[in-house]
Amino acid sequence: MTAASVEAVSVGKVFNVGTRKQVDALVDVSLTIQPGEFVSLIGPSGCGKSTLLRVFADLLEPTSGTLSINGKSPRQARLDQDYGMAFQQAGLFDWRNVSKNIELPLEIRGWDAAKRRARSQEMLELVKLSDFAAHMPWQLSGGMQQRVAIARALAAHPPLLLMDEPFGALDEMTREHMQAELLGICAATSTTVVFVTHSIPEAVYLSDRVVVMSPRPGRITTIIDVGLGTGRNDDTREASEFYGKITEVREALRGAEFGVGARGIEDR
Amino acid sequence: MTPSSIRRVAVNVLTPVVFGVLLVAAWQSFVNWRDIKPYILPTPSSIWSESVRSINLLRAASFVTGRNALAGLLLGIVVGCGLAMIANRFRFVSELVTPLAAAISAVPIVVIVSILNNMFPLGSQVARRLMVMIIVFFVVFVNVARGLRQSDATQVELMRSYAASPQQVMRKVRLPNALPYLFTAIKIAAPISVTTAFVSEYFGGTQDGLGQKIPAAMSNSKFPLGWAYVGAACVLGLVFFAVANILEFVAVPWQRKRISR
Repeated sequence: MTAASVEAVSVGKVFNVGTRKQVDALVDVSLTIQPGEFVSLIGPSGCGKSTLLRVFADLLEPTSGTLSINGKSPRQARLDQDYGMAFQQAGLFDWRNVSKNIELPLEIRGWDAAKRRARSQEMLELVKLSDFAAHMPWQLSGGMQQRVAIARALAAHPPLLLMDEPFGALDEMTREHMQAELLGICAATSTTVVFVTHSIPEAVYLSDRVVVMSPRPGRITTIIDVGLGTGRNDDTREASEFYGKITEVREALRGAEFGVGARGIEDR
Repeated sequence: MTPSSIRRVAVNVLTPVVFGVLLVAAWQSFVNWRDIKPYILPTPSSIWSESVRSINLLRAASFVTGRNALAGLLLGIVVGCGLAMIANRFRFVSELVTPLAAAISAVPIVVIVSILNNMFPLGSQVARRLMVMIIVFFVVFVNVARGLRQSDATQVELMRSYAASPQQVMRKVRLPNALPYLFTAIKIAAPISVTTAFVSEYFGGTQDGLGQKIPAAMSNSKFPLGWAYVGAACVLGLVFFAVANILEFVAVPWQRKRISR
């Protein structure tokens, strides 16, 4: 049996431990993500969804609980480049052309130039930017830059993709287009995705499961199974099933935000 | 060329040229009209004919000053960049160097040059070049240190997710990120290096360089020649400024894009 992509048991994260500015960013987060799953983390600002993603990525260390990524410690998973990351800012390197940007993680791994070149061409085909290999990042539109960032995140063929609001800065049309492309890419590469977002339709459209989080302290309130199936397309966005799930997530979020519903009951 | 680009060229190029020509014409006619003596203000035409006649003198003096400025500039850039990199790696170095650099740059050039002149033998240009170096170093150090610190957070996080070593982060993120700051510093420092070399020459040392020649010409009542030296100093400063701008244009093309956005 293969190890879970993410296995978090009672993970907690406290910032500024022991000072007056102590903040419980995450409390008792337990979540298991199976290989090939697409899971979104959604919640109001300050609910710790980005913090959780950074804990998965070993960019932050949890203060309590246990966590394994692909059956390894998060640190080992990071050293092995078991995951790729993409952020709201594409974070492309202005002084490197598109192809060299995609090659960067491979360069760090010590791949030789010919292998890097071949892989970057393969990734460019995947994100449909083959004609732009020699362009500089600042010559591309926002959507194209984000596609390069995704190609870079997937360049080392990591089994896991961690994304922090990657489409947050794009306009609605580009955004929907990118969502469809991301699903296609993930299906083609059978990558597991953890996807942080503010947008309910985005979470519902993309995900197998939507994890709803609440702030102060950051915790998981509900996990909603979406299961819109593999054949999602533009019609899916107009199906009543889609709207039903959106309503479900919205109500869960409302409960989370105003402290009623699941968490309110729990507290009393 | 489209009509709008023709208009842009006209505005960008013709306006300053027309303004300059009008200014010189006004200067010439004002001096002639009021019969102003050359020791107060010579005519542009007399300065020009003196410049043409003494072109070899002007060139020799400009080369001395230019070499002093360039040597100090290059040395200042190297030292400034090096210390900024060390200060970025080791915090205590930053805390040691920053106040020291600020203190030195607050001391008037006159004072430092006098001290430096005493340290080196007669006829040496070293003191002047060191003076330029000190001024340039400060500008470069402050800017590059900031550039190294203010790396894009996303890029640094990405490098960490790739398990990159501190050396790789420095080479692949921090240094390229600091390049625009370095070139901003060079653009500021280049004309200053000329004026600093000039002032250092004025306050002692050998009898060469623009900083010596201008007061010498003036005290010998060679007023148009003095003004011709002033003109040469202007040209030298402009050359330094222009070269610094061209270097930036070539070396950090993404900065061009950012500014025009």
